[in-house]
Amino acid sequence: MVEWLDPLILARWQFGLTTLYHFLFVPLTIGMVILVAMFQTAWVRTAKLKYLHLTRLFGKIFLINFAMGVVTGIVQEFQFGMNWSDYSRFVGDVFGAPLAMEGLLAFFLEASMIGLWIFGWDKLPAKLHLAVIWLLALSTTLSAYFILAANAFMQNPVGFEINEELGRAELTDIGAVLTNPVALTQFPHTIFASIMFAAVVIVAVAAYHLSKGQYLDEMRTALRFGLIVNVIAFVGVALSGDQLSLVMVETQPMKMAAAEALYQTTAGASFSIFTWGTPDGSSELFSIRVPYLLSILSTQDPMGTVEGINDLQAQYQTEFGPGDYTPIIWITYWSFRWMIGLGALSALVSLVGLWLTRGGRTPSGWAWKVAIWAAPLPLLASLVGWTFTEMGRQPWIVFGLMRTEDGVSPGVTGLEVLISLIAFTLIYGVLAVVEFRLIVRAAVDGPKEWAKYDADQHDDEAGTGSVDPAKLATVY
Amino acid sequence: MDLALLWFGIVGFFFIGYFVLDGFDFGVGMALPFLAKDDTDKRVMINTIGPVWDLNETWLIVAGASLFAAFPYWYATLFDGFYLALLLILLALIARGVSFEYRRLGRSDQWKAWFDGMIIVGSAVPALLWGVAFANIIQGVAIDETGTYVGTLFDLLNPYGLLGGLTTLLLFFTHGVQFVALKTDGELKERAHALSVKAGLVTIVVAAAFLVWTIVQHLGAPHLAFIVGFAAAAAVALIGSWVANRIRREGWAFGLTAATVVFAVLTILAALYPNVMPSTIDPAYSLTIENASSSQYTLEVMTWVAVVMLPLVLAYQGFTYWVFRKRVTRTAIPVVAH
Repeated sequence: MVEWLDPLILARWQFGLTTLYHFLFVPLTIGMVILVAMFQTAWVRTAKLKYLHLTRLFGKIFLINFAMGVVTGIVQEFQFGMNWSDYSRFVGDVFGAPLAMEGLLAFFLEASMIGLWIFGWDKLPAKLHLAVIWLLALSTTLSAYFILAANAFMQNPVGFEINEELGRAELTDIGAVLTNPVALTQFPHTIFASIMFAAVVIVAVAAYHLSKGQYLDEMRTALRFGLIVNVIAFVGVALSGDQLSLVMVETQPMKMAAAEALYQTTAGASFSIFTWGTPDGSSELFSIRVPYLLSILSTQDPMGTVEGINDLQAQYQTEFGPGDYTPIIWITYWSFRWMIGLGALSALVSLVGLWLTRGGRTPSGWAWKVAIWAAPLPLLASLVGWTFTEMGRQPWIVFGLMRTEDGVSPGVTGLEVLISLIAFTLIYGVLAVVEFRLIVRAAVDGPKEWAKYDADQHDDEAGTGSVDPAKLATVY
Repeated sequence: MDLALLWFGIVGFFFIGYFVLDGFDFGVGMALPFLAKDDTDKRVMINTIGPVWDLNETWLIVAGASLFAAFPYWYATLFDGFYLALLLILLALIARGVSFEYRRLGRSDQWKAWFDGMIIVGSAVPALLWGVAFANIIQGVAIDETGTYVGTLFDLLNPYGLLGGLTTLLLFFTHGVQFVALKTDGELKERAHALSVKAGLVTIVVAAAFLVWTIVQHLGAPHLAFIVGFAAAAAVALIGSWVANRIRREGWAFGLTAATVVFAVLTILAALYPNVMPSTIDPAYSLTIENASSSQYTLEVMTWVAVVMLPLVLAYQGFTYWVFRKRVTRTAIPVVAH
């Protein structure tokens, strides 16, 4: 067999590619549905048309994105069995339960509510229709919880015992699986990060229209709202991230050591913001370091001891036998930094934006451009964050229980994985372009269509409150 | 109570729900070129399933996840083994899923034609391949002693498998065309009615052949009476649907094709029992309800979840269908979508 047809390598590329691609859409779905629900709540409570416009505009962007999240999610559900069938055999007894719960508690609700929300504008009373989008927000958030609980089992297996006879992990405590400390900290971290991204998408759209001097009333509201939400969500991301790193030191010390490329066990360890040279420490040319920060992050004590890669490697060899238990250091080192840096930069941009727009001030042209081009920052931070957490788990597919190389499907050839990898790459590539252009077009159009309705409406009415439900109808 | 057997039933229930519900929206998608005379007709047809297609497809996700949770070995062997067939289904579902939403966002005819094509092909491919997959599951495939399928995609395309695929393709087509007749009015409805009568006849012939072949394959089975009973019920429902259609009882006709799908899946489950994936290499390698299932504790947990959630799930899904119960008319379609 040719080496590049190695099913393991190809299956890993495929999982990484399809999962990161899926996660291009997930944060906007999770974050935007909550923010759109807030706009719609404001509309129902105040009857101010600007809130209706914001609901419809960002609702449209949400839906374009939602479609991609749904179809790429189906692949996720299937590929455990397709590419990782030995993994599925080994953990299915434990891992399948949160997935099935996700389906029964979250996905059915989500799919019902999305249909009712899109097509129910003129069929449901306004308050019931508002309840629908909040249920939609609840269901997407719930689904995030269950899938993170499933992922947490791979990072930190709990609530199981090994059945030697069948050679598999068996569930013994569903409560432990669902309250896995990794899941409990990963969940707010993910949700807040998603809200950060949705908030800056709103900021970017608002900045575009404000720079053109159009829809000033709704866009000014949207801009300030997005900036504030982004900053608040960043605080949530930072606090939950701090908790997550404490849990990580407990459960996967190697991952934390790899995040800093810390080879020697150290007390009072510093954190390098930037290293020039190889991060493995063998030929460090230059680095900027914050003293004690790694110890504080890892142990909440500036003089705390952080275990190094060399000691952990030796310890794992004693425990699990010969082998390399170190993740790829340059990936974990840089992805950890980029995650924090990009997220913090996004919040910084928002803080500056709040300052520039304080008390009704209008900033100059360049600020609008920054607001628009800074929008991808939280999404990129989320993507490198996932790269860190999943690559940092290597060489394990389930930490301490099963190696990635042992989880791959025995019945699938490299050629089959290659075919599917190419097929997914092609269809995903095309759809990404289509989706991005549709979102940009919707963003540039702004609340044009609904503003037109108001103009009709405005002739005989005050322009607030009484909107004919039939005019709200959505039709494919 | 034997929980593994219960979950065999629950997984079966999810697949029944999936085929009954996504079955008709596959049919609506496939029927676009046969029924729609212009863009407005197409949009009427797409709007009949607009609020529910995603919900219907979710039954597949839940069926797959339940299979994973309750029968991890079945899930692993099936998805690993039928790799390329499932890949084609996934690609079709991706193309089809985005098309409903994205089709309306472009103005040009070419844009719409692209997404129409993806809806049509994206509906036909799964409608065909699910039948091929399930026919092969009950017929048995080459599973070795490690529970791994050692055949290829082309081994699945045997005459019985292809007949199974043709059966689901035609059945879903007729089911969907009847749904269009039930949910639209005017000329479109008349065309749908006329087509469903013709398509129904072809479906009856092909489905009868498939059911008879299935019975013949299982003549020695101890529970043959169940297989024959369910197959007969499927046949009666399908013929009843055709008759109801002729006398223009659209609701009955649609309900009876739904019943046909239900009994056809029950026939498949009865033919499988007590296996879930029989091996053609050696019966000892077959995956069975007992040896493919999860541990007792996992099944207990999942049973509680299902018992609590299913009534709720069915209630709000029923509510969704009730909200959108009215027929979709051409006059309800605005000139420009938004």
